[in-house]
Amino acid sequence: MKYVVAHEGEIEEGGHKLVTVAGREIGVFLVDGEYFALRHRCPHQGGPLCNGHLLRVVESSGPGDYAAGPRRLLQCPWHGWEFDIRTGRSWFDPAKQRVKRYPVSLEAETYPVAVESRSVVVTID
Amino acid sequence: MHAPAPGVAEVGAYLDDYWREYADEAGFRAPSSVATVYPPAAPTTRRPGADDSPEGLLAHLDGEGATHAVVNCFSGVEALRNVDFANAYATAVNEWLAAEWLAHDERLRAGIVVKPDDPAGAAAEVARRAGDPRFVHVLLPVRADRPYGNRLYWPLLEAAVEHGRPLALHFGGSSGNPPTPVGWPSYYLEEYVGMGHIFEAQLTSLIAEGAFERFPELRVVLLESGFGWLPPLLWRLDKEWKGLRREIPWVKTAPSETIRERVRVAVQPVDGPPDAEGLARLLERLGSDDLLVYSSDYPHAHLRTYEEALGPVVSPELDRRIRHDNAAALYGL
Repeated sequence: MKYVVAHEGEIEEGGHKLVTVAGREIGVFLVDGEYFALRHRCPHQGGPLCNGHLLRVVESSGPGDYAAGPRRLLQCPWHGWEFDIRTGRSWFDPAKQRVKRYPVSLEAETYPVAVESRSVVVTID
Repeated sequence: MHAPAPGVAEVGAYLDDYWREYADEAGFRAPSSVATVYPPAAPTTRRPGADDSPEGLLAHLDGEGATHAVVNCFSGVEALRNVDFANAYATAVNEWLAAEWLAHDERLRAGIVVKPDDPAGAAAEVARRAGDPRFVHVLLPVRADRPYGNRLYWPLLEAAVEHGRPLALHFGGSSGNPPTPVGWPSYYLEEYVGMGHIFEAQLTSLIAEGAFERFPELRVVLLESGFGWLPPLLWRLDKEWKGLRREIPWVKTAPSETIRERVRVAVQPVDGPPDAEGLARLLERLGSDDLLVYSSDYPHAHLRTYEEALGPVVSPELDRRIRHDNAAALYGL
């Protein structure tokens, strides 16, 4: 089942919008021109995950080496657990600790139409 | 086991001429902490009836039926501020151990005495002992001038790893820092009870600084630390690592996993709860049968021994690991 949650242009780059659909609170994010949606509930203790910082993954080749990688992680504001915005998987235990993610698409809205009456038309070449 | 803390009377013959005269000229008898750390009449220095001569240790070994035993000797060398004298003194203590203790019996091994807060000098001493397989680990007082994971210590850690020696962090020490994080306590009880915090600080430092990542072969053994404090530390380290690991991104596995794999803990003294059921729970919470290694701490006496406290609790399989397998793996025996 698809739900319309926002209009294009409504969420600014790097920002998010909280929506409630089908009884679930969901954060919809726009990151580098791409939309993502995650459950607004940390699997740890139910913290408001989508209110957390959106941070680049930290990579390290060894002590003293810090590098910001391309992946974006959402960090729960309660205890700092990090979740990949793209997959919902946690950094420290990706197999077991993850938050529900939802596919997002940009679609033109369509409206059902019905023919109520017809016109008489003449064609002149 | 322990050789009694020596002084110049014991190790002076192993100092070279300059340093022996340096000591004699001043009437220097021993690093100052030797007099205070092991008061001669205290049971923590010599249990009632114990004989702390080499012959006494060997008789103890016979009674234990032990195939190997490590003699760890507190020297107080870390309290010496003349770093060249300290290194010369550490060398002399090791020479003395080799000649007057290890030479008595092939079952005996020893910890390498070093001046830890001179990592380059300590590394040189480790290299000097490396050819003698009877020196099985690098003995470091847990009370240090700074946490051992600090990069300033890496030359020492590197030497230990290069020569295949675990770091052995032992109760006590006289680095000059107070034994509590809030300053000097008034009574020995405070230092004694609080030593677990220092072991916690050292393990936490080794983890956070990435020592186990920087030195993939690094092994650590804790001596006279007790282990009742360990499960809560493992739990807390893992918990905080999940949320704070961005600060230490080189730590890529849960700290508890690294500690269970790379750290070993000597059983004496058993600082757990008084009842067998509580002790069994504590062992279970350690989460690994590979963690504990047997120690008797002869001739010192602290709390309950392994036999008294854990004898009724451990399975024959765990008993075999504690008495044999874990130490054999650690030291490559």
